[in-house]
Amino acid sequence: MTAGHDRLTDVRAREMLATVAGVTVSGTGATIVAEVASDHWREAAQFAKDALGCAFFSFLTAIDWKDQGIEVVAWVDNLDAPFAVELRTKLGPGVTACASIAAVYRGANWMERECFDMFGVRFDGHPDLRRILLADDWAGHPLLKSYAVDTPHPPYR
Amino acid sequence: MPDVRAIDYAGSERLTMNMGPQHPSAHGVFRAILTLEGETVVGVDAVIGYLHRCHEKLAETLAYVQYPSIASKTDYVAAMSSELAYVMAAERIGQFEVPKRAQYLRVLMSELQRIASHCLWLGTWCMDMGGALGGGATIFLYCIRERELVLDLFESLVGARLLYGFHQVGGVRYDIPEGWTAECRKTIALIEQRLDEYEAMLDDNPFFTMRTKGVGAISRALAQDVGVSGPLLRGSGLNWDLRRNQPYSSYDDFQFDVPVQAAGDCFARYRVRMVEFRQSIRIIRQVLDGLPAGPISSRPGVKSLAQVKVPKGEAYARVEGPRGEVGCFLVADGSNKPYRMKWRGASFSNLAVLPHILIGCGVADVVAIMGSVDPVFGEVDR
Repeated sequence: MTAGHDRLTDVRAREMLATVAGVTVSGTGATIVAEVASDHWREAAQFAKDALGCAFFSFLTAIDWKDQGIEVVAWVDNLDAPFAVELRTKLGPGVTACASIAAVYRGANWMERECFDMFGVRFDGHPDLRRILLADDWAGHPLLKSYAVDTPHPPYR
Repeated sequence: MPDVRAIDYAGSERLTMNMGPQHPSAHGVFRAILTLEGETVVGVDAVIGYLHRCHEKLAETLAYVQYPSIASKTDYVAAMSSELAYVMAAERIGQFEVPKRAQYLRVLMSELQRIASHCLWLGTWCMDMGGALGGGATIFLYCIRERELVLDLFESLVGARLLYGFHQVGGVRYDIPEGWTAECRKTIALIEQRLDEYEAMLDDNPFFTMRTKGVGAISRALAQDVGVSGPLLRGSGLNWDLRRNQPYSSYDDFQFDVPVQAAGDCFARYRVRMVEFRQSIRIIRQVLDGLPAGPISSRPGVKSLAQVKVPKGEAYARVEGPRGEVGCFLVADGSNKPYRMKWRGASFSNLAVLPHILIGCGVADVVAIMGSVDPVFGEVDR
């Protein structure tokens, strides 16, 4: 962490983030929401970590917007300044590929595996993309809206 | 000639050892596939998911009035904090007011829960490290004895000892009964005294320090990068506590210190938690002294499933649980059920640091390190 981050404010961070290619900034106060074009996902994460000092990786997950496709959400904090960045990217209808940020944040490794397990999102560049909570032979991805709660499966596995 | 396998005494021969899923030190069901060279760990594959119930799908099918008591079952030894994260997320989207008395009661229960949870951690961890610590089960039994007293308080409050259903959107469901405050003061005074006894047994115990000092160190950078939180983060030199940095539920009304240790090893995490015990007691005394009168919820008691409707919106609410940041990312679509709920379990991220720090450790250290991480598998697997 370099000097200067201590004085970084959410207003300044918002301005800096708005200059990054493929990023649209919104949100108010301490939570900066950055809508990222999916082909700039990794660069945006790298920028949040290096330039904005958001070194703390809170979580990564996805939302299934049905016809509009899957949106990946990641939350990172700057522990020295009072703001957090919520990175979001829409993959587009029917798209299941997303760049991996596991090389930027090591915490993304397990979170991306869970996201793959639950939503079937394929993280390109992930070092070890396999299911994490469900068994390897599980069929389907339960958190997709198309996966019914009562989907039958063998009782003992 | 008999078939004698050549043994490579230089130690380059590798052995794969399966630890778990049923292993006493796992505190649940966890499997670590360790690759060993002699006694040294050179490879780790962590296998989780044995307790997976897909809470996140379940939350999409249950109304806002139903899920809080299910949220208890994520981190089942700190149910008070898990429920709180969920109801706070719903309150944030719907901008539901929470009366001051309810906010104070939430703080009170969260801190009592921290004491109960830390008791379980200290007891089981010391038992994992075995006979060197006064016969193994000694500290465990002492800690469980004290934890029972806190659970008695919860039982007289809500009628349950483990999973409470105490919180609801807009406040809490139970007010403290008569005589409860006096009982609570007595209990924390007793526990405060017992903490001195635990420390007298452990702080300078050469067996204890040998097994914890310099073992399982997590660097500042690694801690943030993986997203470990709570006592692990503070034990790695980061001064970060959501209760102080992002106060919720009136935490800013109370005076307390946030312990920080620079070493990042098992002993540092032990010290952080021992100070947290005392700070929790300090907060509880302030809550009891300043508990305001008034309603305990801004909304009526639960009578129908459609009673709580949350407007369209999103929020991420997080609380400082005993194990760290317990977060609930909620997407509401205006109905009485969430569209999507993401549960950020503190134990999941804390456990994810293991593959990074176990390499190079001895097999026996794996047990000490895992206990110092204090994972609860209901929260890891959700």
